[in-house]
Amino acid sequence: MATDVVNPQTDAARRTTGKVRSHQSQNEGLVFEKSSPGKKAYKLPPLDVPAVDPAGLLGEVWRGQGAELPELSEIEIIRHFTRLSTWNYAIDLGMYPLGSCTMKYNPRVNELVARIEGLAEAHPYRPDALAQGILEVIDLLQRSLIEITGMDAITLQPAAGAHGEFTGILLVRAWHESQGNARKKILIPDSAHGTNPATAAICGYEVENLKSNAEGGIDLEALERQVDGETAALMLTNPSTIGVFESQIHKIADILHAKGALLYMDGANMNALVGKTRPGDFGVDVMHLNLHKTFSTPHGGGGPGSGPVACKQFLEPFLPTPVLGQNESGTKSWNYDRPQSVGRVRAFYGNTGMFIRALAYILANGPDGLRQTTEDAVLNANYIRKKLEDVYELPYKTPSMHEVVFSDKRQAARGVKTGDIAKRLIDYGFHPYTVSFPMIVHGALMIEPTESESLEELDLFIEAMRAIAQEVEETPELVKSAPHSTRVSRLDEVHAARKPVLRWRR
Amino acid sequence: MRYLPKSPAEREQMLAEIGARSIDDLFAVIPAEYRLTRDLDVPRQQAESEIISYFKAAGQKDATDYASFLGAGAYRHYRPVIIDSLVQRGEFLTSYTPYQAEMTQGTLQAIFEFQTMIAELTGMDVANASMYDGSTGAAEAVLMAMRVTGRHRAVAAATVHPEYREVLDTYLRHREMASALVGYDAKTGRVDLEALEAAVTDETACVLVQSPNFFGVIEDIPAIAEIAHKKGALLIVSIAEAVSLGVMRPPVEADIVSMEAQSFGVALSYGGPFCGVLATKEQYLRQMPGRLAGQTVDKDGNRGFVLTLSTREQHIRREKATSNICTNQALVALMATIFLTVYGKEGMRELSEHNLAKADYAAKTLGAQVGAKLLFTGAPRFHEFVLQTDEAPAAWSQRLLDEKIVGGIDLSRWYPELKNATLWCATEVMPRETIDHAAKVLAASPVEA
Repeated sequence: MATDVVNPQTDAARRTTGKVRSHQSQNEGLVFEKSSPGKKAYKLPPLDVPAVDPAGLLGEVWRGQGAELPELSEIEIIRHFTRLSTWNYAIDLGMYPLGSCTMKYNPRVNELVARIEGLAEAHPYRPDALAQGILEVIDLLQRSLIEITGMDAITLQPAAGAHGEFTGILLVRAWHESQGNARKKILIPDSAHGTNPATAAICGYEVENLKSNAEGGIDLEALERQVDGETAALMLTNPSTIGVFESQIHKIADILHAKGALLYMDGANMNALVGKTRPGDFGVDVMHLNLHKTFSTPHGGGGPGSGPVACKQFLEPFLPTPVLGQNESGTKSWNYDRPQSVGRVRAFYGNTGMFIRALAYILANGPDGLRQTTEDAVLNANYIRKKLEDVYELPYKTPSMHEVVFSDKRQAARGVKTGDIAKRLIDYGFHPYTVSFPMIVHGALMIEPTESESLEELDLFIEAMRAIAQEVEETPELVKSAPHSTRVSRLDEVHAARKPVLRWRR
Repeated sequence: MRYLPKSPAEREQMLAEIGARSIDDLFAVIPAEYRLTRDLDVPRQQAESEIISYFKAAGQKDATDYASFLGAGAYRHYRPVIIDSLVQRGEFLTSYTPYQAEMTQGTLQAIFEFQTMIAELTGMDVANASMYDGSTGAAEAVLMAMRVTGRHRAVAAATVHPEYREVLDTYLRHREMASALVGYDAKTGRVDLEALEAAVTDETACVLVQSPNFFGVIEDIPAIAEIAHKKGALLIVSIAEAVSLGVMRPPVEADIVSMEAQSFGVALSYGGPFCGVLATKEQYLRQMPGRLAGQTVDKDGNRGFVLTLSTREQHIRREKATSNICTNQALVALMATIFLTVYGKEGMRELSEHNLAKADYAAKTLGAQVGAKLLFTGAPRFHEFVLQTDEAPAAWSQRLLDEKIVGGIDLSRWYPELKNATLWCATEVMPRETIDHAAKVLAASPVEA
């Protein structure tokens, strides 16, 4: 069993900016190490039907020996998971400036309404006549998202952003097939999220890299050269991963459309656009949204997400089955008669619990709130840019939208890399920004504050980043060996991968 | 707007410091013709109380007072209270994927515990941190088997959840990969082993079965494994009802297990979010999609956990990744982990036995009614059964609805050869009196003239 050793800290390591002070954290072993036979945290009601003999009933398929699961009492379970939770950083504790991830406030009313009995307990196969309430929720969310994106049709079935990309590219493929040629390749800018090329590959397309221009945007000449009769689509993130709006977006769409190719938009950065401009208006044919980014559903330590795909009318026949339809009587029901559909991408209808939360967020904002949210997100990013651009290298001077990307060029000269600065930021009480992405910026620091940060929190962040820049000059070793204040120091990732230990064994 | 932490004066101050005259300056990069100059046509901004009223009204339309015999891949089980108490802690709820391990040890250790429990339950060596759900997990398992074997054909049992098979078809059909379907034995409802033997060839990457299968019948996994392995194909076992593993022999002969863990404390929520998970043998680890938490040490020798083997994943390998999956179902996996800790070794067995008893009673009671008979009685089953009635399901299901009971689901939408056959489920939360009542209503077919 591991024991934590209190690390003697240097004065410099203890220095704070008013954001944090060290605090005890409880040690806690693995749940299996706390188990002892006979302890219970459950009580089943008495059986009101005759008991059965499982061995007799199941014969050869009877398990016999039970699985080695831990045995604890309820209070121990509460403490176990509560202690673990205190080892996490969270939006609820402070700014979480992960670029591209849109770590915004997750409203608590969302959690409450998602647990309303008639919604949370609804079985997916209950007759449509008994599911009109949840179908109306789904319908209102669909209509709201169609309006926000400026598209014509939508599916909520995809379970996450990457799953939405998969669905969207399948729509592209199905449409090309209906035109007689599925085509061979998808163009992807070198600044794209890793999911984009991975998606193109699982949809059976070759990936062709599109080099960014000097401003970090799409190089129109290169695009013109590379788009041909075998190009199915361009997957474009707009604003791009460096937080820059493609001001030539209409020309990009025109170049693609002239050669029969489509424009797919990765909507990961939609938080910069809602209420200010609509992808459907600037030439996008199909796009996905991340309800867990733009629409405030919680990230939950990695999921669940939800990745609706919105498209123009000509792609509507290809949407996954089923689609929500309206009967003559005004009631709603699922329509499975979709001969041109790409098929199902998931069982049932999608991550419905996330639809409820996202709609609650839209209702809480209304049109004015959604627009103000976007404006504040962009304001915050530009404020950080302004306050840090004298100490961190800004590789692209183009105007920033909702996020700003610096590079570690100046700090690297002192032997300190973006990853080190990120770890040092932890000591200042912040979650790091996104490290080393996008790949077009060497040593990237990708900062997305979102609209959820107050001026006070932004100033603390800026103060921390400036203090670290100072430390890089004066005491670079302090930064390179960070974090100094966490319950574990830097973890050995090489060791973890060389001989993987992926489960506990007695 | 109540979620936005800035005063008008602060906004002005920030704009001034940036050097912008107005907020519009920051959006000037968007060409004027594409700027939205009107309000979005979405409902007006609402008070918290209004939002709650809206969703409560929607929930009430969904008629909460119906008893239900629906299963078919989504199961109603009791959810211990502490699951929601714990997963609503902001440190779990509002944390991101644990890429920065030093400040996400809580999530990482919980994933490690989840992986351990799933491996233990399924009889596999390792499990990942979660997939979207059971349907996409099964499809990803098939793609994984194709990478492992270098073969491009799959054989799937017709008794795999029909919607899982539809998802598999979607994943395969655009990649020149094919999947063949194998039928079932009319007496047992199990995979037709002779047909399977004939379908599996030297080009078969994998055999995909589900157990308990879509009819609730537990498959003969050792026999299926032998047929698959003889031809060098992998065996993938999909498990849609995870609670069955409390009493059912784990599919240790499988090479990959794809499980839907919704039954472990996750609300039905009209079909999602649920929690898929893949488990496999150690030797296939490097072809497994999804995140993995691994144990390691820090600079001071303390035990800690990190995301590991990420060179399989899209953010490193891009188009050569094992999958495009990024976001998974982490918080739902945490629900499952807490559920399994609450029930523990003894509780999982006991819970599973209650399900077995309830379904056994329901099957016998409903099957004993005049004009009704059980199908597939020749093999053991868990908590679902197929009932065939003389009367068309549409007729008696309306009678049941009038009594506020949702009966079994009509199988003809997926299995046209099964006339008047319905799939019923009874879990530990099904009261005996509801079963008895349903039986009476079912028997009360109109007297023929």
